[in-house]
Amino acid sequence: MAKLRGTGIAAVNYPTGMNLGGDPSQALIHATTSGSFVVTLSATDLGQGLRTVIAQIAAETLGVGVDDVFIDTADTDTGPHDMGTFASRATHRVGNAVIAAAKEAREALLEVAAEELEASRDDLETDGLGNIRVRGAPGRSVKVTDIASLAQFTYGRTISGRGAWMKPRSAVDPETGAMDPDSTEAHACTVAEVEVDTETGVVTVISIKSAYEVGRQVNPALVHGQIVGGAWMGMSHALYETTTPYYPDPGHRPKDFSEYLMPGAHETPEIDCVVLEYPSSNGPYGVKGIGEMTANSPIPAIVNAIYHATGVRIDELPVTPELVLRGLEAKERHASGGVTPSTAGD
Amino acid sequence: MVSSIVSFQVGDREVEVLVAPMTTLQTVLRYQLGYTAVKEGCRQGGCGSCAVLVDGEPVLSCLLPVEDVAGRRVTTLEALAEPDALHPIQQAFIDHLAFQCGYCTPGMVMVSKALLDRDPDPSRAEILDALAGNVCRCTGYAPIAEAVADAARVLASRGAQSR
Repeated sequence: MAKLRGTGIAAVNYPTGMNLGGDPSQALIHATTSGSFVVTLSATDLGQGLRTVIAQIAAETLGVGVDDVFIDTADTDTGPHDMGTFASRATHRVGNAVIAAAKEAREALLEVAAEELEASRDDLETDGLGNIRVRGAPGRSVKVTDIASLAQFTYGRTISGRGAWMKPRSAVDPETGAMDPDSTEAHACTVAEVEVDTETGVVTVISIKSAYEVGRQVNPALVHGQIVGGAWMGMSHALYETTTPYYPDPGHRPKDFSEYLMPGAHETPEIDCVVLEYPSSNGPYGVKGIGEMTANSPIPAIVNAIYHATGVRIDELPVTPELVLRGLEAKERHASGGVTPSTAGD
Repeated sequence: MVSSIVSFQVGDREVEVLVAPMTTLQTVLRYQLGYTAVKEGCRQGGCGSCAVLVDGEPVLSCLLPVEDVAGRRVTTLEALAEPDALHPIQQAFIDHLAFQCGYCTPGMVMVSKALLDRDPDPSRAEILDALAGNVCRCTGYAPIAEAVADAARVLASRGAQSR
């Protein structure tokens, strides 16, 4: 009996959004009388930080500070249409819709500012700090908050914008099968190191190290959070989580939450990553989707590491201690002239 | 079944509640008294999101009949922040992005506080022991453990300053 170490590698190419497209997002933006901007969406922040990155994207396009943008998400009764938060699509699709809406709102803002400053619209610029100024004319400047108020009380105008973005649904050529499945693809490669206890069959993940190429990072801290949390989820899928742990006998399945097996704080391996940025051609400021993919490559990397450590090739999930021990037994039988190695039960 | 009146302390506040027998502390805190930081994750002691302190010790409030805290002091997340600043544990959770959806955070912060009150300089293994009863589906735990270690350093340097 021994503790065997192994290293495995796996890569993933992840297409952002719904395959073949046809998954629209829309956004509406308006300025309040106090000069803050409200972005109304039906997309949902699940904790990945959509509200944060959308505020950053809206602020960048509007030319105002990020603290002046308020994100109102996820009321499908009242909000503009969105397909939803899934397939790592929200930052890409919603971000594009928000840029379109913010451009329109920015034009409305600058038109009022041009009247107020008695300047040409084309000579105006924003400083990103809440001011609109006339290019090359220091001192001729007005606050965004003042323009928002003046627009509504003096000029009787709205400062608002509409935006929508969709990759049109690609048809499949019935003759050739040709289609256009993705809008953009993010990439990653993961190396996992494991230790396998050949007496108990227990697999311990030592480390999960990845390189990611995710296009432009709107918020590197949130990207890092997705990668670290996703690596843990991948490990959880690889080794722990199942609703039918003793399949085919359903009698012993978990009956409630506290019987559902997941790794906890003690099982967390060393998780590390590097992030490369090759901006996409059609994402907001070059964004690609990073979310779901972070839980993908850790799974085959761990299974490959188990193979490297033990010589046992396992092809079902999760890799329970029982599967490992059956695999080791089968390998021994094969080595001593027995039947072909298999992880299946006797 | 006869309802009873139970008196106890929540933070600095004396409270008195009328409850049916076996009503849990979690139900009373969240739904009767409005301490919404006390989450209701699994109601069976499996997730830790309802963790509060009773006389400084972490307990799963979803498993504790409220009668058991009669005359005792309950601390929820609401009591941690000072009027002009977050508690150093809360600040460390922000600095380390130790949450994403945030559902587990109140429980995580409370068990961390119990740990640091008891042991101001815990090892990484002791931090993981303290967090082991609490489930997080977003962060992968590493940022939480780092936040607790960081909060310990901040609290220690504060202690050194005040001496």
